[in-house]
Amino acid sequence: MPAALSASAVSKHYRSTTALDGVDLEVGAGELVGLLGPNGAGKSTLVKIACGLVGPTAGEVHVAGARAGSREARASTGYLAELFRFPSWARADEVLALHQRLARSAGGAAEREQLLDRVGLTGEGGRRMETMSKGMQQRLGIAQALIGSPRLVLLDEPTSALDPGGRRTVRELLVALRDQGVGVLLNSHLLSEVELVCDRVVMIDNGRVVTEGRPEDLTKAGGVEVETSEGVRRLPDARREDVPRIVRELVADGAEVYGVRVVTGTLEEAYLDAVVGRDG
Amino acid sequence: MSDALTIAGHALREAVRRRVLLVVALLTAVFLALYALAAFEAFDSLDRNARGIVPIDEHALAGGTLLGLAMFVALFLGVVLAVFLTLGAVRGEAESGLLQPLVVRPVGRTTLLIGRLLAASAVCSAYVIAVFLLAVAITHAAGDFTPGSYVVPAAGLALGVITVVAVSLLGSTLLGTTANGIAIFMVFATGLAGGLLGQIGDGLKVDALTTASSIMSWIVPFEALYQNGLHALTSDIDGATGVIVQLGPFGGADDVSAGIWVWAVAWSAVVMALAALKFRRSDL
Repeated sequence: MPAALSASAVSKHYRSTTALDGVDLEVGAGELVGLLGPNGAGKSTLVKIACGLVGPTAGEVHVAGARAGSREARASTGYLAELFRFPSWARADEVLALHQRLARSAGGAAEREQLLDRVGLTGEGGRRMETMSKGMQQRLGIAQALIGSPRLVLLDEPTSALDPGGRRTVRELLVALRDQGVGVLLNSHLLSEVELVCDRVVMIDNGRVVTEGRPEDLTKAGGVEVETSEGVRRLPDARREDVPRIVRELVADGAEVYGVRVVTGTLEEAYLDAVVGRDG
Repeated sequence: MSDALTIAGHALREAVRRRVLLVVALLTAVFLALYALAAFEAFDSLDRNARGIVPIDEHALAGGTLLGLAMFVALFLGVVLAVFLTLGAVRGEAESGLLQPLVVRPVGRTTLLIGRLLAASAVCSAYVIAVFLLAVAITHAAGDFTPGSYVVPAAGLALGVITVVAVSLLGSTLLGTTANGIAIFMVFATGLAGGLLGQIGDGLKVDALTTASSIMSWIVPFEALYQNGLHALTSDIDGATGVIVQLGPFGGADDVSAGIWVWAVAWSAVVMALAALKFRRSDL
Protein backbone atom coordinates (compact mmCIF):
# COMPACT_ATOMS: atom_id res chain seq x y z
CA MET A 1 0.00 0.00 0.00
CA PRO A 2 1.49 3.40 -0.95
CA ALA A 3 2.18 5.96 1.76
CA ALA A 4 -0.65 8.36 2.54
CA LEU A 5 1.76 11.20 1.72
CA SER A 6 5.18 11.03 0.15
CA ALA A 7 7.21 14.17 -0.56
CA SER A 8 10.61 13.90 -2.17
CA ALA A 9 13.13 16.78 -2.59
CA VAL A 10 10.33 19.34 -2.67
CA SER A 11 11.28 22.95 -3.26
CA LYS A 12 9.17 26.03 -3.68
CA HIS A 13 10.45 29.44 -4.67
CA TYR A 14 8.45 32.66 -4.82
CA ARG A 15 10.64 34.92 -6.93
CA SER A 16 13.67 35.51 -4.67
CA THR A 17 12.10 33.86 -1.61
CA THR A 18 12.70 30.20 -0.89
CA ALA A 19 9.75 28.73 0.99
CA LEU A 20 10.86 25.08 0.77
CA ASP A 21 14.30 23.75 -0.04
CA GLY A 22 14.53 20.03 -0.75
CA VAL A 23 12.07 18.69 1.81
CA ASP A 24 11.56 14.94 2.17
CA LEU A 25 8.59 13.78 4.19
CA GLU A 26 6.50 10.66 4.44
CA VAL A 27 3.25 10.00 6.27
CA GLY A 28 2.33 6.34 6.35
CA ALA A 29 -1.16 4.91 6.42
CA GLY A 30 -2.38 5.05 10.01
CA GLU A 31 0.43 7.38 11.05
CA LEU A 32 -0.01 10.71 12.80
CA VAL A 33 2.81 13.10 11.98
CA GLY A 34 3.25 16.52 13.57
CA LEU A 35 4.77 19.31 11.53
CA LEU A 36 6.49 21.95 13.63
CA GLY A 37 8.42 25.07 12.86
CA PRO A 38 8.44 28.82 13.38
CA ASN A 39 6.26 31.22 11.41
CA GLY A 40 7.41 31.38 7.80
CA ALA A 41 9.30 28.09 8.04
CA GLY A 42 7.38 26.63 5.07
CA LYS A 43 4.94 24.34 6.91
CA SER A 44 1.76 25.74 5.35
CA THR A 45 3.41 25.80 1.91
CA LEU A 46 4.21 22.10 2.24
CA VAL A 47 0.64 21.33 3.28
CA LYS A 48 -0.73 23.41 0.40
CA ILE A 49 1.49 21.58 -2.08
CA ALA A 50 0.23 18.27 -0.71
CA CYS A 51 -3.39 19.23 -1.30
CA GLY A 52 -2.82 20.84 -4.70
CA LEU A 53 -3.38 24.50 -3.82
CA VAL A 54 0.24 25.34 -4.61
CA GLY A 55 2.50 23.79 -7.21
CA PRO A 56 6.07 22.82 -6.25
CA THR A 57 9.00 24.41 -8.08
CA ALA A 58 10.89 21.10 -7.92
CA GLY A 59 10.46 17.67 -6.41
CA GLU A 60 7.60 15.21 -6.28
CA VAL A 61 4.66 14.83 -3.95
CA HIS A 62 2.28 11.89 -4.03
CA VAL A 63 -0.93 11.28 -2.10
CA ALA A 64 -1.91 7.62 -1.82
CA GLY A 65 0.24 6.96 -4.90
CA ALA A 66 -1.28 9.73 -7.06
CA ARG A 67 0.51 12.94 -7.99
CA ALA A 68 -0.45 15.71 -5.55
CA GLY A 69 -2.96 18.08 -7.09
CA SER A 70 -4.35 15.45 -9.48
CA ARG A 71 -8.03 14.61 -9.31
CA GLU A 72 -7.19 11.19 -7.82
CA ALA A 73 -4.99 12.72 -5.14
CA ARG A 74 -7.60 15.31 -4.20
CA ALA A 75 -10.23 12.57 -3.96
CA SER A 76 -8.04 10.92 -1.30
CA THR A 77 -7.35 14.10 0.65
CA GLY A 78 -9.17 15.91 3.41
CA TYR A 79 -7.90 19.41 4.18
CA LEU A 80 -8.52 22.08 6.75
CA ALA A 81 -6.79 25.36 5.95
CA GLU A 82 -5.36 27.59 8.65
CA LEU A 83 -7.36 30.53 7.33
CA PHE A 84 -10.66 29.37 5.94
CA ARG A 85 -14.25 30.55 5.82
CA PHE A 86 -17.55 29.05 4.94
CA PRO A 87 -20.28 31.29 3.49
CA SER A 88 -21.91 33.19 6.33
CA TRP A 89 -25.38 32.57 4.90
CA ALA A 90 -24.99 28.78 4.76
CA ARG A 91 -26.11 26.27 7.37
CA ALA A 92 -23.68 23.68 8.67
CA ASP A 93 -25.62 20.91 7.00
CA GLU A 94 -25.59 22.75 3.64
CA VAL A 95 -21.82 23.21 3.82
CA LEU A 96 -21.32 19.50 4.43
CA ALA A 97 -23.84 18.56 1.72
CA LEU A 98 -22.04 20.75 -0.83
CA HIS A 99 -18.72 19.12 -0.01
CA GLN A 100 -20.30 15.68 -0.14
CA ARG A 101 -21.48 16.37 -3.71
CA LEU A 102 -18.08 17.72 -4.77
CA ALA A 103 -16.26 14.82 -3.07
CA ARG A 104 -18.75 12.38 -4.63
CA SER A 105 -19.53 10.96 -1.23
CA ALA A 106 -22.64 8.82 -1.09
CA GLY A 107 -22.82 9.12 2.70
CA GLY A 108 -25.88 11.35 2.66
CA ALA A 109 -27.53 12.66 5.80
CA ALA A 110 -26.17 9.79 7.91
CA GLU A 111 -22.56 10.76 7.16
CA ARG A 112 -23.29 14.43 7.90
CA GLU A 113 -24.87 13.57 11.26
CA GLN A 114 -22.02 11.24 12.15
CA LEU A 115 -19.38 13.86 11.28
CA LEU A 116 -21.15 16.54 13.31
CA ASP A 117 -21.26 14.09 16.24
CA ARG A 118 -17.55 13.33 15.92
CA VAL A 119 -16.55 16.99 16.16
CA GLY A 120 -18.96 17.78 18.99
CA LEU A 121 -21.57 19.64 16.95
CA THR A 122 -24.43 17.24 17.52
CA GLY A 123 -27.75 18.81 16.54
CA GLU A 124 -26.14 21.95 15.09
CA GLY A 125 -26.70 21.06 11.43
CA GLY A 126 -29.36 23.72 10.99
CA ARG A 127 -27.21 26.50 12.37
CA ARG A 128 -25.97 29.29 10.09
CA MET A 129 -22.26 30.12 9.91
CA GLU A 130 -22.88 33.72 10.94
CA THR A 131 -24.26 32.53 14.29
CA MET A 132 -21.41 30.10 14.97
CA SER A 133 -18.39 30.92 17.09
CA LYS A 134 -14.94 30.63 15.52
CA GLY A 135 -14.41 27.43 17.47
CA MET A 136 -17.64 25.91 16.14
CA GLN A 137 -16.64 26.85 12.60
CA GLN A 138 -13.27 25.21 13.14
CA ARG A 139 -14.98 22.02 14.31
CA LEU A 140 -17.17 22.14 11.21
CA GLY A 141 -14.03 22.65 9.12
CA ILE A 142 -12.60 19.44 10.56
CA ALA A 143 -15.87 17.62 9.83
CA GLN A 144 -15.72 18.92 6.26
CA ALA A 145 -12.17 17.59 5.91
CA LEU A 146 -13.33 14.10 6.83
CA ILE A 147 -16.05 13.86 4.18
CA GLY A 148 -15.70 10.89 1.87
CA SER A 149 -13.34 8.94 4.17
CA PRO A 150 -10.03 10.42 2.90
CA ARG A 151 -6.79 8.40 3.14
CA LEU A 152 -4.81 11.51 4.03
CA VAL A 153 -5.99 14.31 6.30
CA LEU A 154 -4.04 17.57 6.29
CA LEU A 155 -4.85 19.82 9.23
CA ASP A 156 -3.29 23.28 9.37
CA GLU A 157 -3.64 24.67 12.91
CA PRO A 158 -6.92 22.81 13.52
CA THR A 159 -7.26 23.73 17.19
CA SER A 160 -6.16 27.37 17.18
CA ALA A 161 -9.68 28.60 18.03
CA LEU A 162 -10.73 25.74 20.29
CA ASP A 163 -11.13 25.72 24.05
CA PRO A 164 -9.48 22.90 26.07
CA GLY A 165 -12.59 20.72 25.71
CA GLY A 166 -12.57 21.20 21.95
CA ARG A 167 -8.87 20.35 21.78
CA ARG A 168 -9.47 17.13 23.64
CA THR A 169 -12.28 16.24 21.22
CA VAL A 170 -9.93 16.82 18.28
CA ARG A 171 -7.15 14.81 19.89
CA GLU A 172 -9.51 11.88 20.37
CA LEU A 173 -10.67 12.26 16.79
CA LEU A 174 -7.08 12.21 15.50
CA VAL A 175 -6.33 9.05 17.42
CA ALA A 176 -9.49 7.44 16.04
CA LEU A 177 -8.47 8.41 12.48
CA ARG A 178 -5.05 6.85 13.00
CA ASP A 179 -6.69 3.67 14.27
CA GLN A 180 -8.76 3.58 11.08
CA GLY A 181 -5.62 3.64 8.95
CA VAL A 182 -5.84 7.29 7.90
CA GLY A 183 -2.57 9.19 7.55
CA VAL A 184 -2.70 12.56 9.32
CA LEU A 185 -0.32 15.48 8.94
CA LEU A 186 -0.90 17.91 11.78
CA ASN A 187 0.57 21.37 11.43
CA SER A 188 0.35 23.04 14.82
CA HIS A 189 2.12 25.50 17.07
CA LEU A 190 0.69 23.74 20.11
CA LEU A 191 3.68 21.59 20.97
CA SER A 192 2.03 19.94 23.96
CA GLU A 193 -0.75 18.74 21.72
CA VAL A 194 1.62 17.39 19.10
CA GLU A 195 3.58 15.63 21.84
CA LEU A 196 0.42 14.04 23.18
CA VAL A 197 -0.90 12.50 19.97
CA CYS A 198 1.73 12.34 17.24
CA ASP A 199 3.67 9.19 16.36
CA ARG A 200 6.40 11.21 14.73
CA VAL A 201 7.40 14.85 14.59
CA VAL A 202 9.06 16.71 11.73
CA MET A 203 10.60 20.11 12.44
CA ILE A 204 11.10 22.57 9.60
CA ASP A 205 13.03 25.80 9.61
CA ASN A 206 13.88 28.05 6.67
CA GLY A 207 12.30 25.58 4.27
CA ARG A 208 14.40 22.60 5.39
CA VAL A 209 13.75 19.64 7.67
CA VAL A 210 16.02 20.26 10.66
CA THR A 211 15.09 17.23 12.73
CA GLU A 212 12.55 14.46 12.92
CA GLY A 213 11.75 11.47 15.04
CA ARG A 214 9.38 10.07 17.64
CA PRO A 215 8.53 12.59 20.38
CA GLU A 216 10.08 10.36 23.06
CA ASP A 217 13.31 10.16 21.06
CA LEU A 218 13.48 13.90 20.53
CA THR A 219 12.99 14.78 24.17
CA LYS A 220 16.15 14.53 26.30
CA ALA A 221 16.53 13.03 29.76
CA GLY A 222 16.90 15.78 32.34
CA GLY A 223 18.23 13.95 35.42
CA VAL A 224 16.56 12.83 38.62
CA GLU A 225 15.00 14.92 41.41
CA VAL A 226 14.84 13.48 44.93
CA GLU A 227 12.74 15.02 47.67
CA THR A 228 14.28 14.43 51.10
CA SER A 229 13.91 15.89 54.58
CA GLU A 230 16.62 18.35 53.59
CA GLY A 231 14.78 19.57 50.52
CA VAL A 232 14.82 18.72 46.81
CA ARG A 233 18.13 17.55 45.40
CA ARG A 234 18.68 17.51 41.66
CA LEU A 235 21.07 15.04 40.06
CA PRO A 236 21.27 16.28 36.44
CA ASP A 237 23.36 13.42 35.07
CA ALA A 238 21.37 10.60 36.68
CA ARG A 239 19.09 8.35 34.65
CA ARG A 240 16.04 6.27 35.43
CA GLU A 241 18.22 3.19 35.95
CA ASP A 242 20.14 4.99 38.65
CA VAL A 243 17.11 5.65 40.87
CA PRO A 244 17.28 2.45 43.08
CA ARG A 245 20.99 3.02 43.77
CA ILE A 246 20.47 6.72 44.60
CA VAL A 247 17.63 5.94 47.00
CA ARG A 248 19.65 3.14 48.64
CA GLU A 249 22.63 5.43 49.19
CA LEU A 250 20.51 8.26 50.59
CA VAL A 251 18.71 5.94 53.01
CA ALA A 252 22.05 4.45 54.05
CA ASP A 253 23.26 7.96 54.80
CA GLY A 254 20.23 8.49 57.06
CA ALA A 255 18.19 10.70 54.79
CA GLU A 256 14.39 10.38 54.66
CA VAL A 257 13.20 10.07 51.04
CA TYR A 258 9.68 11.39 50.31
CA GLY A 259 9.69 11.18 46.53
CA VAL A 260 11.73 10.61 43.41
CA ARG A 261 11.04 12.02 39.94
CA VAL A 262 12.80 11.19 36.71
CA VAL A 263 13.01 14.49 34.84
CA THR A 264 12.49 14.32 31.08
CA GLY A 265 12.83 17.12 28.61
CA THR A 266 9.80 18.42 26.73
CA LEU A 267 9.15 18.65 23.05
CA GLU A 268 9.26 22.39 23.51
CA GLU A 269 12.87 22.14 24.65
CA ALA A 270 13.68 19.88 21.73
CA TYR A 271 11.98 22.33 19.40
CA LEU A 272 13.87 25.29 20.82
CA ASP A 273 17.13 23.35 20.55
CA ALA A 274 16.44 22.41 16.95
CA VAL A 275 15.06 25.71 15.71
CA VAL A 276 15.98 28.61 17.97
CA GLY A 277 19.31 27.11 19.06
CA ARG A 278 20.15 26.44 15.45
CA ASP A 279 19.25 29.98 14.43
CA GLY A 280 20.92 31.48 17.45
CA MET B 1 -20.96 19.11 -16.00
CA SER B 2 -22.79 18.10 -12.83
CA ASP B 3 -19.97 19.62 -10.76
CA ALA B 4 -20.33 22.92 -12.66
CA LEU B 5 -24.08 22.84 -11.99
CA THR B 6 -23.42 22.14 -8.30
CA ILE B 7 -21.14 25.20 -8.13
CA ALA B 8 -23.66 27.26 -10.11
CA GLY B 9 -26.44 26.18 -7.74
CA HIS B 10 -24.28 27.17 -4.76
CA ALA B 11 -23.60 30.61 -6.30
CA LEU B 12 -27.31 31.10 -7.07
CA ARG B 13 -28.26 30.15 -3.52
CA GLU B 14 -25.73 32.68 -2.29
CA ALA B 15 -27.29 35.40 -4.45
CA VAL B 16 -30.74 34.58 -3.10
CA ARG B 17 -29.73 34.15 0.56
CA ARG B 18 -27.60 37.27 0.62
CA ARG B 19 -30.72 39.08 -0.60
CA VAL B 20 -28.86 40.33 -3.67
CA LEU B 21 -31.75 39.35 -5.91
CA LEU B 22 -34.32 40.85 -3.53
CA VAL B 23 -32.54 44.21 -3.44
CA VAL B 24 -32.10 44.16 -7.22
CA ALA B 25 -35.80 43.31 -7.72
CA LEU B 26 -36.93 46.11 -5.39
CA LEU B 27 -34.71 48.75 -6.96
CA THR B 28 -35.66 47.60 -10.45
CA ALA B 29 -39.32 47.92 -9.49
CA VAL B 30 -38.59 51.52 -8.48
CA PHE B 31 -36.89 52.16 -11.84
CA LEU B 32 -39.76 50.60 -13.78
CA ALA B 33 -42.29 52.62 -11.80
CA LEU B 34 -40.41 55.84 -12.64
CA TYR B 35 -40.11 54.69 -16.24
CA ALA B 36 -43.86 54.02 -16.41
CA LEU B 37 -44.59 57.43 -14.92
CA ALA B 38 -42.30 59.11 -17.46
CA ALA B 39 -43.71 57.11 -20.41
CA PHE B 40 -47.37 57.79 -19.56
CA GLU B 41 -46.65 61.48 -18.94
CA ALA B 42 -44.67 61.81 -22.18
CA PHE B 43 -47.33 60.20 -24.38
CA ASP B 44 -50.15 62.08 -22.59
CA SER B 45 -48.30 65.31 -23.18
CA LEU B 46 -47.88 64.47 -26.85
CA ASP B 47 -51.59 63.67 -27.13
CA ARG B 48 -52.58 66.90 -25.39
CA ASN B 49 -50.19 69.11 -27.30
CA ALA B 50 -50.14 67.48 -30.72
CA ARG B 51 -48.26 69.89 -32.94
CA GLY B 52 -48.67 67.89 -36.10
CA ILE B 53 -45.17 68.67 -37.31
CA VAL B 54 -44.81 66.97 -40.66
CA PRO B 55 -42.99 64.70 -41.32
CA ILE B 56 -42.12 63.90 -37.64
CA ASP B 57 -43.93 60.95 -36.01
CA GLU B 58 -43.82 62.22 -32.45
CA HIS B 59 -45.14 58.97 -30.94
CA ALA B 60 -42.41 56.96 -32.66
CA LEU B 61 -39.80 59.52 -31.65
CA ALA B 62 -40.88 59.38 -28.02
CA GLY B 63 -41.32 55.59 -27.98
CA GLY B 64 -37.95 54.90 -29.65
CA THR B 65 -36.10 57.28 -27.36
CA LEU B 66 -37.79 55.99 -24.20
CA LEU B 67 -37.07 52.38 -25.08
CA GLY B 68 -33.48 53.30 -25.94
CA LEU B 69 -33.21 54.78 -22.46
CA ALA B 70 -34.71 51.62 -20.95
CA MET B 71 -32.23 49.52 -22.88
CA PHE B 72 -29.32 51.57 -21.62
CA VAL B 73 -30.53 51.30 -18.01
CA ALA B 74 -31.10 47.55 -18.39
CA LEU B 75 -27.55 47.15 -19.70
CA PHE B 76 -26.09 49.35 -16.98
CA LEU B 77 -27.92 47.53 -14.16
CA GLY B 78 -27.13 44.17 -15.73
CA VAL B 79 -23.45 45.06 -15.84
CA VAL B 80 -23.52 46.22 -12.20
CA LEU B 81 -25.12 42.89 -11.26
CA ALA B 82 -22.62 40.93 -13.37
CA VAL B 83 -19.66 42.69 -11.81
CA PHE B 84 -20.84 42.36 -8.23
CA LEU B 85 -21.64 38.66 -8.65
CA THR B 86 -18.19 37.84 -10.00
CA LEU B 87 -15.60 40.49 -9.12
CA GLY B 88 -14.12 38.50 -6.24
CA ALA B 89 -14.70 35.02 -7.63
CA VAL B 90 -11.07 33.90 -7.56
CA ARG B 91 -8.54 36.17 -5.83
CA GLY B 92 -11.10 37.83 -3.60
CA GLU B 93 -12.51 34.52 -2.36
CA ALA B 94 -9.03 33.03 -2.06
CA GLU B 95 -7.92 35.95 0.12
CA SER B 96 -10.92 35.49 2.39
CA GLY B 97 -10.43 31.71 2.61
CA LEU B 98 -13.72 30.80 0.93
CA LEU B 99 -12.20 29.25 -2.18
CA GLN B 100 -9.61 26.82 -0.80
CA PRO B 101 -12.05 24.27 0.71
CA LEU B 102 -13.73 23.99 -2.71
CA VAL B 103 -10.55 23.86 -4.81
CA VAL B 104 -9.11 20.90 -2.90
CA ARG B 105 -12.13 18.80 -3.83
CA PRO B 106 -11.75 16.58 -6.91
CA VAL B 107 -13.35 19.24 -9.08
CA GLY B 108 -11.30 20.95 -11.79
CA ARG B 109 -10.56 24.64 -11.36
CA THR B 110 -11.99 25.20 -14.83
CA THR B 111 -15.20 23.56 -13.67
CA LEU B 112 -15.37 25.96 -10.73
CA LEU B 113 -15.06 28.90 -13.13
CA ILE B 114 -17.67 27.48 -15.49
CA GLY B 115 -20.04 27.07 -12.55
CA ARG B 116 -19.60 30.73 -11.64
CA LEU B 117 -20.05 31.73 -15.30
CA LEU B 118 -23.28 29.73 -15.56
CA ALA B 119 -24.75 31.19 -12.38
CA ALA B 120 -23.90 34.83 -13.09
CA SER B 121 -24.86 34.53 -16.77
CA ALA B 122 -28.23 32.98 -15.91
CA VAL B 123 -29.04 35.68 -13.35
CA CYS B 124 -27.81 38.65 -15.40
CA SER B 125 -29.19 37.63 -18.78
CA ALA B 126 -32.59 36.78 -17.27
CA TYR B 127 -32.51 40.12 -15.50
CA VAL B 128 -31.76 42.30 -18.54
CA ILE B 129 -34.29 40.44 -20.68
CA ALA B 130 -36.96 40.85 -18.01
CA VAL B 131 -36.26 44.57 -17.49
CA PHE B 132 -36.22 45.26 -21.22
CA LEU B 133 -39.41 43.32 -21.97
CA LEU B 134 -41.21 44.99 -19.06
CA ALA B 135 -40.12 48.37 -20.45
CA VAL B 136 -41.45 47.33 -23.88
CA ALA B 137 -44.77 46.38 -22.29
CA ILE B 138 -44.95 49.68 -20.37
CA THR B 139 -44.12 51.70 -23.49
CA HIS B 140 -46.77 49.84 -25.46
CA ALA B 141 -49.35 50.42 -22.75
CA ALA B 142 -48.45 54.09 -22.41
CA GLY B 143 -48.19 55.07 -26.06
CA ASP B 144 -49.19 52.07 -28.15
CA PHE B 145 -45.62 51.99 -29.40
CA THR B 146 -44.12 48.71 -30.59
CA PRO B 147 -40.40 48.52 -31.38
CA GLY B 148 -39.11 47.27 -34.70
CA SER B 149 -37.72 44.25 -32.92
CA TYR B 150 -37.60 43.19 -29.32
CA VAL B 151 -35.89 39.85 -29.82
CA VAL B 152 -32.63 41.30 -31.19
CA PRO B 153 -32.25 43.96 -28.44
CA ALA B 154 -33.14 41.47 -25.68
CA ALA B 155 -30.74 38.84 -27.03
CA GLY B 156 -28.05 41.51 -27.49
CA LEU B 157 -28.44 42.66 -23.90
CA ALA B 158 -28.27 39.08 -22.64
CA LEU B 159 -25.15 38.21 -24.61
CA GLY B 160 -23.64 41.60 -23.74
CA VAL B 161 -23.84 40.99 -20.00
CA ILE B 162 -22.47 37.47 -20.48
CA THR B 163 -19.37 38.99 -22.09
CA VAL B 164 -19.04 41.26 -19.06
CA VAL B 165 -19.39 38.26 -16.71
CA ALA B 166 -16.60 36.51 -18.61
CA VAL B 167 -14.23 39.48 -18.48
CA SER B 168 -15.02 40.06 -14.80
CA LEU B 169 -14.15 36.42 -14.05
CA LEU B 170 -10.87 36.84 -15.95
CA GLY B 171 -10.20 40.01 -13.95
CA SER B 172 -10.88 38.11 -10.71
CA THR B 173 -7.99 35.76 -11.50
CA LEU B 174 -5.62 38.70 -11.97
CA LEU B 175 -6.75 41.42 -9.57
CA GLY B 176 -8.08 41.81 -6.07
CA THR B 177 -11.77 42.53 -5.58
CA THR B 178 -11.69 46.34 -5.55
CA ALA B 179 -9.17 46.67 -8.38
CA ASN B 180 -11.17 44.26 -10.54
CA GLY B 181 -14.44 46.14 -9.94
CA ILE B 182 -12.81 49.43 -10.89
CA ALA B 183 -11.19 47.88 -13.97
CA ILE B 184 -14.43 46.35 -15.27
CA PHE B 185 -16.41 49.57 -14.83
CA MET B 186 -13.67 51.45 -16.65
CA VAL B 187 -13.82 48.96 -19.52
CA PHE B 188 -17.60 49.40 -19.56
CA ALA B 189 -17.35 53.19 -19.59
CA THR B 190 -14.72 53.08 -22.33
CA GLY B 191 -16.98 50.90 -24.46
CA LEU B 192 -19.90 53.28 -24.02
CA ALA B 193 -17.69 56.26 -24.83
CA GLY B 194 -16.60 54.47 -28.00
CA GLY B 195 -20.23 54.03 -29.02
CA LEU B 196 -21.00 57.70 -28.42
CA LEU B 197 -17.94 58.68 -30.45
CA GLY B 198 -19.33 56.63 -33.31
CA GLN B 199 -22.66 58.44 -33.16
CA ILE B 200 -20.88 61.80 -33.14
CA GLY B 201 -18.74 60.66 -36.04
CA ASP B 202 -21.84 59.57 -37.95
CA GLY B 203 -23.61 62.85 -37.30
CA LEU B 204 -20.61 64.97 -38.27
CA LYS B 205 -19.49 62.58 -41.02
CA VAL B 206 -16.03 62.14 -39.47
CA ASP B 207 -14.72 58.78 -40.69
CA ALA B 208 -11.89 58.59 -38.14
CA LEU B 209 -14.40 58.66 -35.26
CA THR B 210 -16.68 56.05 -36.77
CA THR B 211 -13.72 53.79 -37.51
CA ALA B 212 -12.40 54.16 -33.95
CA SER B 213 -15.87 53.44 -32.61
CA SER B 214 -16.22 50.39 -34.80
CA ILE B 215 -12.88 49.00 -33.63
CA MET B 216 -13.83 49.68 -30.00
CA SER B 217 -17.13 47.86 -30.49
CA TRP B 218 -15.34 44.72 -31.61
CA ILE B 219 -12.77 44.92 -28.84
CA VAL B 220 -15.52 45.12 -26.21
CA PRO B 221 -18.40 43.34 -27.94
CA PHE B 222 -21.07 44.26 -25.37
CA GLU B 223 -21.00 47.73 -26.93
CA ALA B 224 -21.49 46.38 -30.46
CA LEU B 225 -24.36 44.20 -29.22
CA TYR B 226 -25.92 47.18 -27.47
CA GLN B 227 -25.60 49.38 -30.56
CA ASN B 228 -27.02 46.58 -32.68
CA GLY B 229 -29.97 46.26 -30.31
CA LEU B 230 -30.61 50.01 -30.35
CA HIS B 231 -30.58 49.94 -34.13
CA ALA B 232 -33.01 47.03 -34.27
CA LEU B 233 -35.30 48.79 -31.79
CA THR B 234 -36.03 51.62 -34.20
CA SER B 235 -35.23 49.95 -37.51
CA ASP B 236 -38.79 50.33 -38.78
CA ILE B 237 -38.94 54.06 -38.06
CA ASP B 238 -38.09 55.73 -41.30
CA GLY B 239 -37.97 59.20 -42.77
CA ALA B 240 -37.00 62.26 -40.73
CA THR B 241 -38.23 60.64 -37.51
CA GLY B 242 -35.89 57.69 -38.06
CA VAL B 243 -32.94 60.00 -38.67
CA ILE B 244 -33.65 62.00 -35.50
CA VAL B 245 -34.05 58.85 -33.38
CA GLN B 246 -30.88 57.31 -34.79
CA LEU B 247 -28.89 60.44 -34.04
CA GLY B 248 -30.25 60.82 -30.53
CA PRO B 249 -28.41 59.63 -27.43
CA PHE B 250 -30.26 56.31 -27.51
CA GLY B 251 -30.26 55.73 -31.23
CA GLY B 252 -28.11 53.01 -32.72
CA ALA B 253 -26.30 54.70 -35.55
CA ASP B 254 -25.05 51.55 -37.18
CA ASP B 255 -26.41 48.16 -38.00
CA VAL B 256 -23.51 46.04 -36.79
CA SER B 257 -22.55 43.02 -38.88
CA ALA B 258 -24.39 39.81 -38.07
CA GLY B 259 -20.97 38.32 -37.30
CA ILE B 260 -21.04 40.13 -33.97
CA TRP B 261 -23.07 37.28 -32.45
CA VAL B 262 -20.48 34.68 -33.34
CA TRP B 263 -17.67 37.07 -32.40
CA ALA B 264 -19.19 37.79 -28.97
CA VAL B 265 -19.54 34.07 -28.21
CA ALA B 266 -16.00 33.33 -29.43
CA TRP B 267 -14.65 36.36 -27.54
CA SER B 268 -16.28 35.16 -24.31
CA ALA B 269 -14.91 31.65 -24.85
CA VAL B 270 -11.37 32.99 -25.33
CA VAL B 271 -11.67 35.21 -22.26
CA MET B 272 -12.87 32.25 -20.19
CA ALA B 273 -10.05 30.08 -21.54
CA LEU B 274 -7.54 32.74 -20.44
CA ALA B 275 -9.23 32.91 -17.03
CA ALA B 276 -9.06 29.11 -16.68
CA LEU B 277 -5.39 29.08 -17.72
CA LYS B 278 -4.49 31.75 -15.19
CA PHE B 279 -6.57 30.09 -12.43
CA ARG B 280 -4.98 26.68 -13.06
CA ARG B 281 -1.51 28.17 -12.70
CA SER B 282 -2.29 30.23 -9.62
CA ASP B 283 -0.96 29.35 -6.20
CA LEU B 284 -3.69 29.68 -3.60
